[in-house]
Amino acid sequence: MKARIKVTLKNGVLDPQGKAIEGALGSLGFSGVESVRQGKFFEVELAETDPAKARAALDEMSKKLLANTVIENYAVEIDEQ
Amino acid sequence: MKSGVVVFPGSNRERDMLRALENITGSKPAAIWHADTELPDLDLVVLCGGFSYGDYLRTGAIAARGNIMPAIAKAADRGVRVLGICNGFQILCEAGLLPGVLMRNAGLKFVCKEVKLEVANADTDFTRKYKQGQVWRCPVAHGDGNYFTDAETLKRLEGEGRVGLRYAEGTNPNGSLNDIAGILNERGNVFGMMPHPENMIEPLNGATDGRALFESVLEAVA
Repeated sequence: MKARIKVTLKNGVLDPQGKAIEGALGSLGFSGVESVRQGKFFEVELAETDPAKARAALDEMSKKLLANTVIENYAVEIDEQ
Repeated sequence: MKSGVVVFPGSNRERDMLRALENITGSKPAAIWHADTELPDLDLVVLCGGFSYGDYLRTGAIAARGNIMPAIAKAADRGVRVLGICNGFQILCEAGLLPGVLMRNAGLKFVCKEVKLEVANADTDFTRKYKQGQVWRCPVAHGDGNYFTDAETLKRLEGEGRVGLRYAEGTNPNGSLNDIAGILNERGNVFGMMPHPENMIEPLNGATDGRALFESVLEAVA
């Protein structure tokens, strides 16, 4: 079973890297970029076949390691085939 | 005082720290490998600077889940002093032994220079040999030292005197909230700071301002 986890900075948390990217886009001539926030994306392959169990495990993984919930939110998406 | 320095893959300040501890405490500190699951009997456990696991995922994130960490958490529960310097501070935050997180420097650059630190609370096991408000010189070397936490935790840290050190006189090198350079846990036996006092302990370093930090612990455990 394949899953994707998206980790993003919470609102209000300063993102200096996003700001630098925003500035670089501007200097490349892309106008109208109002804001850029940088995040992380994980593709995880699991042996688990039960979607509910997989989701619970991925949730635990996100909380324990993939995201730092002081500053980051995460979203889990599972390919249910 | 029995002290030990934890070494992770990618730690690189362990020699400086071992040397400083031996110089100041007069006894040889233990080097503790991250894969061990037990600590020797110690008065002070130090997590040193470096780039554990290449700073992969987030600084300190992988090391914080290492084999040795449950033993360190247990020791901290027993009241053993735990000191995290630089990457060690990042690891303690990631491990939940200290609140908050060290984010990328606001200026995005790795900063390697000398700053001034102000003793925000001299009534701690890590700062008692300084005077309240004393300003001292100390080097920093980090890319992720921008201390951040939620407003409520920040209020608690400030209200409970758990901000031990601040960057002084406009020398905040990383955008840290409230110029925070070092914080304590609730019980006051775990301290994390970004600057490197172990590199300011003998005349060869240009100053000896960092000695008092280690001497504070020495006095506290005596």
